[in-house]
Amino acid sequence: MLQALLDPWKEPLNVRALVEVLLLGATGGALGCWIVFYRLAYSAESLAHALLPGLVIAALAGFPLIIGGAAGLVVAAVAVALAGRTPAIGHDTAVAVVVTGLLGLGALLALAPETPARLQELLFGDVLGVTDADLALAAALGAVVLGALVLLHPSLLLVGFDRSSAPALGRAPAVVDVALGVLVALAILVAVQGLGNLLVVAVLVAPAAAARRVTRRVPTMMAAAVAIAVASGIAGLYASFYLDTAGGASIAGALVLAYGAAHAVGGTVRRAAQRSGTFRRRS
Amino acid sequence: MLDRIAVSEDVPMPEAPRPLAAPGAAVACEGVVLAYGARTVLRDLSFAVRPGERAAVLGPNGGGKTTLFRALTGELQPVAGRVVAPARCGVVPQTERSRLDFPVSALDVALMGAVSRLPWWRRPGRAERARARAALERVGLGAQVEETFGDLSGGQRQRVLLARALVQDAGVLLLDEPFSGLDTRSAELVMGLLDDLADEGRAILVATHDVDQARAWDLVLCVNGVQVAFGPPERTLTLPTLERTYGGAIVELPGSGHGVLPPHHHDH
Repeated sequence: MLQALLDPWKEPLNVRALVEVLLLGATGGALGCWIVFYRLAYSAESLAHALLPGLVIAALAGFPLIIGGAAGLVVAAVAVALAGRTPAIGHDTAVAVVVTGLLGLGALLALAPETPARLQELLFGDVLGVTDADLALAAALGAVVLGALVLLHPSLLLVGFDRSSAPALGRAPAVVDVALGVLVALAILVAVQGLGNLLVVAVLVAPAAAARRVTRRVPTMMAAAVAIAVASGIAGLYASFYLDTAGGASIAGALVLAYGAAHAVGGTVRRAAQRSGTFRRRS
Repeated sequence: MLDRIAVSEDVPMPEAPRPLAAPGAAVACEGVVLAYGARTVLRDLSFAVRPGERAAVLGPNGGGKTTLFRALTGELQPVAGRVVAPARCGVVPQTERSRLDFPVSALDVALMGAVSRLPWWRRPGRAERARARAALERVGLGAQVEETFGDLSGGQRQRVLLARALVQDAGVLLLDEPFSGLDTRSAELVMGLLDDLADEGRAILVATHDVDQARAWDLVLCVNGVQVAFGPPERTLTLPTLERTYGGAIVELPGSGHGVLPPHHHDH
C-alpha cells in the first residue's frame, strides 16, 4: 500500500507535477474564496477561455505560453469591456459573444493544417509536462497573488461585505475590483499551464465553493479551500498514474468530486446543528 | 479683531468663496443639486448641522434621503452647489444592503470600522480588536461578538453596523432608517446611544419615516425631490410642510393635537 502511494513520485516528471499542483492549490484555493464572494466565477471562466488565441499564437511562434496567455488576457479584457458598453446587448451577452468568438478563433488557428497539433494540450493542460522554468514562474506569480491577498484582505472583506458603505470607510470599490481582477488574471496564467484553458476555472471555483459549505469564517474557509485544492490535485495525479487518465482532467474531476462531498457533508452538519439548536437563525 | 470683521463686511472680496450660512458646521449643503445622469433627484439643498446636533431627515421613499447621504459621503458629486462634510462620515446603512451570506462575525464587521483609519496595507491589530469589542459592548452586543452577522436579528445587525461606525470614530454619523424593523428595546437603546454620541460632539443625521420621533430631535430636514423645510421641529413639523413633504397624503389623528403621521411606507 505504502509502496503504491510512493511509486508515482519516483519519476521527476510526477514530482514536478506535484509541485505544480501544490502551487495551483495554494493560489487557486485562497483566491477562489474571493471569486466566490464577489460572484466572479463566470468572469474568471470567460477570461480563461478567451485567452486561447494568445496561447495558440505563442505556441505557433515558439514564445513561452505565459507571454501568449498574458497578451490573450489583455485582448480579452479589452474586448469584453468594449462589448459591454453597448447598452442594448447587456454585459452577460457581450461576454458570451466575445468569449465564444475568441475561443473559436483560437481553435481555428490551432486546427489550421500547417500548424502543429497542440490544441489538446492548450485546452486541457499538460500538468505532467511542466518544466523547472514553468514551476519557477508559477511560484513567483503565486507568491505575488498570495502576498497581495494578505495585504488586501481587510479591503476585500469590507467591499465584499458592504459595497455601498465602503467609500465612506475609505475603500473605493472600483479600485478593489480592479485589484481583484488583476489577481484573477495572474492566477489564470499560473494555472492554465497545468490545467489548460477549459479546466482552469475548476481550481479557482470548486475548492472555495466546497470550503464554503463546511466552514463559517473567512480565514478557515481559505485554509479549507487550499487543503481541498491540494488534496484533490494529489488525488488527480494518483488517478492519472494508476488509471492512465489525462492529468488535468483527473484533477478537475477530483475537484468537482470534492465539491460534491463537501456539499453533502455541509448539508448534513447544518441539519444536525439545527436539530440540536447550536445553529441559530433568528429573525 | 472687531475692526477686521467690520472691514471684511464693508469690503467684500470677490475672489473668496461665498461664506457658509453657518460657520463651524459639521455638515452643510449650499444650493446643492443632486442628479443621477440627466435625472435630478434632489435640488435646492441648503442646510447646516453643527457638532452636537441631531437632525432627522424626513421624506417619502424615493424622496432623496439616501441620495443626500451618498453626496455627504462623497460617493456622489453634486451637479451644482457646495457640500461641506468631513472626508470620512460614519455610515450606518440599512442592514439589507450588506451581504447576509458573508461568513463574518459581529466582531469582523465592527472591525471594518478601523479600516478607514489604517493605510490600505495595514491589517487591524490588537488595539483595533479591543476597540471593536468595546463598541459591541456599548451597543449591547457584548455576548454576540463571535456570532455570524447573518444569523443575528435585524435589530442586532443594525446595532453591529452602529458599532462599526463607533469604531470608525467619525465626527459625523449618517444613519439610514436605523429604527425600521427594531423592537422597542433595541430602538430605545439606539436612541439613547445617539443622544450620548451627540453629547460627545458628533453631528448626527438620521433618515427616518417617523414624524413623531423627529419631534424629539434638534433639527428636521424635510425633502421630497427638493428641500421642503429645514429648522427646529416646532417650525418644520407643521401640517403644510408635511403635506408638501409627503405629497398631501397625510393622515391627521383625531384628538391628538398636532399628531400628524405620514402614510405608512413600510411593510416591515
